[in-house]
Amino acid sequence: MAKLTRRSSHEQGLHTEQLTGRTQQRFFDFTEEENFLYPEAYDVDFNKRIEFDAAQMDNNAINLKLRELMSQGYGSIVVKNPLAKHSLGVGILQRLNLTFEGSLGYFGVGLIDGPNVRVTGRVGWSCAENMMSGTVVIEKNAGSTFGAALRGGDLVCMGDVGSRTGIDQKGGTILIGGRTGAFSGFMMQRGRMVVLGDAGKNLGDSMYDGTIYVGGKIESLGVDAVPAEMTELDRAWLTRKLTQYGLKAPNGVENMTKIVAGKQLWNYDNLEPSEKKLIL
Amino acid sequence: MCGIAGIIHRKGAADIGSEMTAMLQSLKHRGPDSTGFAVYGVPNKNEYVMRFKVAEQEDLAKGFQIHETVRERRAEVDSRLAGLGVKIIEAKDATEYAFRYRIQYDGDMKQLADFVEDVEATEILSMGSGLELIKDLGDATVVSDQYKLKGFKGTHAIGHTRMATESDVDIRSAHPYWAYPYHDISVVHNGQLTNYWIMRRQMERKGFRFMSNCDSELLAVYLADKLDNGIQLEDAMRQSIDEIDGVFTYLVATSDSLGMAKDCMAAKPMVLFESDDLVAMASEEVAIRQIMPQEIDTFDPYDSEVRVWRS
Repeated sequence: MAKLTRRSSHEQGLHTEQLTGRTQQRFFDFTEEENFLYPEAYDVDFNKRIEFDAAQMDNNAINLKLRELMSQGYGSIVVKNPLAKHSLGVGILQRLNLTFEGSLGYFGVGLIDGPNVRVTGRVGWSCAENMMSGTVVIEKNAGSTFGAALRGGDLVCMGDVGSRTGIDQKGGTILIGGRTGAFSGFMMQRGRMVVLGDAGKNLGDSMYDGTIYVGGKIESLGVDAVPAEMTELDRAWLTRKLTQYGLKAPNGVENMTKIVAGKQLWNYDNLEPSEKKLIL
Repeated sequence: MCGIAGIIHRKGAADIGSEMTAMLQSLKHRGPDSTGFAVYGVPNKNEYVMRFKVAEQEDLAKGFQIHETVRERRAEVDSRLAGLGVKIIEAKDATEYAFRYRIQYDGDMKQLADFVEDVEATEILSMGSGLELIKDLGDATVVSDQYKLKGFKGTHAIGHTRMATESDVDIRSAHPYWAYPYHDISVVHNGQLTNYWIMRRQMERKGFRFMSNCDSELLAVYLADKLDNGIQLEDAMRQSIDEIDGVFTYLVATSDSLGMAKDCMAAKPMVLFESDDLVAMASEEVAIRQIMPQEIDTFDPYDSEVRVWRS
């Protein structure tokens, strides 16, 4: 196996553990320009702004309209009256300031890489699923599986979210201003989740890695999720990140609870196929 | 998958027929096979509305004698009602095979139901002073137009769009389910009940009848049994979360209440809107937006959550 070299991302504290065994990973390097651009990304101007009313449009037409406006160079787009339609703003793979004035349905802004999104209403299930980078800010509540398989970027909900928040999270940051439901952080693999309110049962169940911070009460911890000591680095990072989005921990970041993986299930990846069969 | 929706007006009756039609039509993508409505009108004192069918929609395409057979079955139902001393105030044909009767009867409801359903292929869809249960194949607009639901005034309603998974595409497997033999109770459900057969056998041993092989029917029968034992609706719903296995969200309506329950995994969706005038809920917010396009605050109930509202 190729030797892993220390990169800039390590310096930022994104990966603290020693990677061993058969783990294969390419670290993101922000010094490589090609990491920021997709081949068919549009060249947009953030100062070029437009808004349109989506009340009478179906979800396909709205998404096509967004593509059309980006192709015309609009870098700031406001969608009025999305009326909780599904799959809006998905698959945007470039920088864009996108605002939805209203609520989104299921699978809103999924599979995105780069845009800054603000939703003034609520979002349904699976918002920002598989998001790679950028920011998504929800001003009201969110449904279940919020930020499922998130890989990067900041995903923020100012209100309460449903169950299984950050299921299979692989990177990035999820910030929740209110409470989160059961099984949040289920099978979390990397990244950070911050819950300022209460967390439902089985928090962090079967998590492989990553960190969960909770400001309120935790109903129960899941399998292999264990409390850890808050460090100065944790407090500094939380303070900086919460300030960035105008959030505050109700009892102060110093009184938040930190949850990590106990990693008793973690050596699974080091087993031979024949050994895996034995424990399944 | 299936879609469910409910609405309850807290300050008097409204056009719940049109409202529920719009909500369910927007959930068509969750279940295009059949659509059902349980609408609660203003009750008439000393009167019940009985909705029943004597054949499935698909039966009408079978055999040369089916139309005559349907007429004979209906005549037999009329005869049995007369035999029990039931006074028919009004009899209407909703379709060739489904009927709406306004009746007066002060006898045993179970005896009435069993006697009528003893007629071949006959099923009482609902019985109640306020409840009217309509279900058929097709989307919400088709069923609503067929049964002339738009303009129906009432205080609350629940509805369902069905994607058939484990039982047939027919009326008997469509939701809502009436909680036989208790008047004015209906249930819609989204999910799978994994101890259905065990629970069904328990209920059958108690004397309850099941008209379909759809697991959702169990919820209606289960709640009917609890209510019959003097348990309050909300308590019965809480017990259902412990005793019924699977992943589910269901809605139940009575003559003056509407309730929702979500399983301990919170695996099936539900979005709620609550105000002083109105409570609306659905599998997806897009359904609520059909009746409230303005910006509103909605939220998801959590795992094991039970809520009941009164009209």
